[in-house]
Amino acid sequence: MPEEMTVGCARPTGGPVGEEPSPAPDSPTSTAPAKEVSPMIMVGRKAPDFAAPAYHQGKFVSVKLSEFLGKWVVLCFYPGDFTFV
Amino acid sequence: MSIDSVFVHKMWNDVELSKMVAGGVPFPMLSDAGGKVGAAFGVYDDQAGVETRGRFIIDPDGVIQGYEILTPPVGRNVEETIRQVQAFQLVRNTKGAEATPSGWRPGKMTLKPGPGLVGKVWEVWKTNMAFD
Repeated sequence: MPEEMTVGCARPTGGPVGEEPSPAPDSPTSTAPAKEVSPMIMVGRKAPDFAAPAYHQGKFVSVKLSEFLGKWVVLCFYPGDFTFV
Repeated sequence: MSIDSVFVHKMWNDVELSKMVAGGVPFPMLSDAGGKVGAAFGVYDDQAGVETRGRFIIDPDGVIQGYEILTPPVGRNVEETIRQVQAFQLVRNTKGAEATPSGWRPGKMTLKPGPGLVGKVWEVWKTNMAFD
């Protein structure tokens, strides 16, 4: 399912896809203190969709979470490659 | 997924992980440079500039059924993750007619919530069943 991609010298990046939190068009930006954007993560709610580059079995591919609809997904984050645990 | 590039993922897989797992890492190793995806999932530590040990179980509808987030020094329990996936799959397959009590594993009894079970769980389920 993931699409193979060609990579150059630019480091490939991804990010969330789908609805962007749109700022209110008529609200002044000056007075109100900048609000922390709280992550909308809650069990029973949709996972935010994203696209990200990946290394998979010898290839560089682009992976989108929503391509896995219909399957169970375990998504794991970790602090970094070569960090022991 | 981590903030490392796909190039570093390749090196980690080729140099080290493929020596632990025959054939190398079987699933995609995702790159999240800048931590934007991690931030959307609430696991990006912007002070440390890395992602914490978050694990999300996402069902076939794209709904998060469970998650766990640990600080970096403590590793996950993969068997517990698999147990939870099995439990969520059972609940989904029974369309919610069955629920899995504490410590449930495949083969152990489930509960069938309904009027007849109210106040009667103690009769059918014992606390020692929470343990293996």
